[in-house]
Amino acid sequence: MTVSLNRRQALALGAGAAALFLTVGTRGEAFAASDDVKKAIMDFTGGKEPAAGKVELTAPEIAENGNTVPVSVAVDSPMTAEDHVASVMLLAAGNPNPGVATFHFSDMSGECAASTRMRLATTQDVIAVAKMADGSVFIDTKTVKVTIGGCGG
Amino acid sequence: MAQAKPRVKVPKKASKDEVIAIKTLISHKMESGQRKDKEGNVIPRQIINKFTCEFNGKMVFGCDLEPAVSANPYLEFNVRVPESGTFKFSWVDDDGSVYTKESKITVE
Repeated sequence: MTVSLNRRQALALGAGAAALFLTVGTRGEAFAASDDVKKAIMDFTGGKEPAAGKVELTAPEIAENGNTVPVSVAVDSPMTAEDHVASVMLLAAGNPNPGVATFHFSDMSGECAASTRMRLATTQDVIAVAKMADGSVFIDTKTVKVTIGGCGG
Repeated sequence: MAQAKPRVKVPKKASKDEVIAIKTLISHKMESGQRKDKEGNVIPRQIINKFTCEFNGKMVFGCDLEPAVSANPYLEFNVRVPESGTFKFSWVDDDGSVYTKESKITVE
């Protein structure tokens, strides 16, 4: 049996392969250029290396408009006076300035969750770092693809 | 600039120690300081840089905002309400003005 491709199928295949290649390419790059981001995280944690887990960052995989990207963050914590999340910092690794927002929680928060909308200049990693009342730190990262950048010309 | 208009959504009633979700939105252009006008001059940054929520005078939630937050900043968060009282929300602008809004809740 012979496999025959018409023009449309051939193009679709090519585009798929190119998209795959691009995704892999940008991922590597985002991790390399992160000195500013590392510094911001270290300033926030006081030099502690954050561990994975506990934090859950929710952001769309593909954001059509980089001007308003909905993002929410939730941390698994009982939120009592002794054991609660002190603050959560959001970072966008590929923006001109990586900082997005820092949420400050209290033992009155009940559940540690917050959402907002942010600007993303380009396809990049979004990072959430949570600092607990006892000083331990946790991190979560999500890659968001952006079709139209949101930082103006 | 146009007057920033704060809006909040707080349930009117709650049971004791219930965790409620609060949604806030304020109309503000959040000029990032990255954009340029037609002549190529940088448009100066003007954003809401701080948000706080107090319940009966006690700080329950706060947020530091950077230029990367979208125009008309929207925030959603949770609060556990132990008693009836008043929420006071404040937004601090780069130019120093503070926009506030209050909202009451009854615990039964």
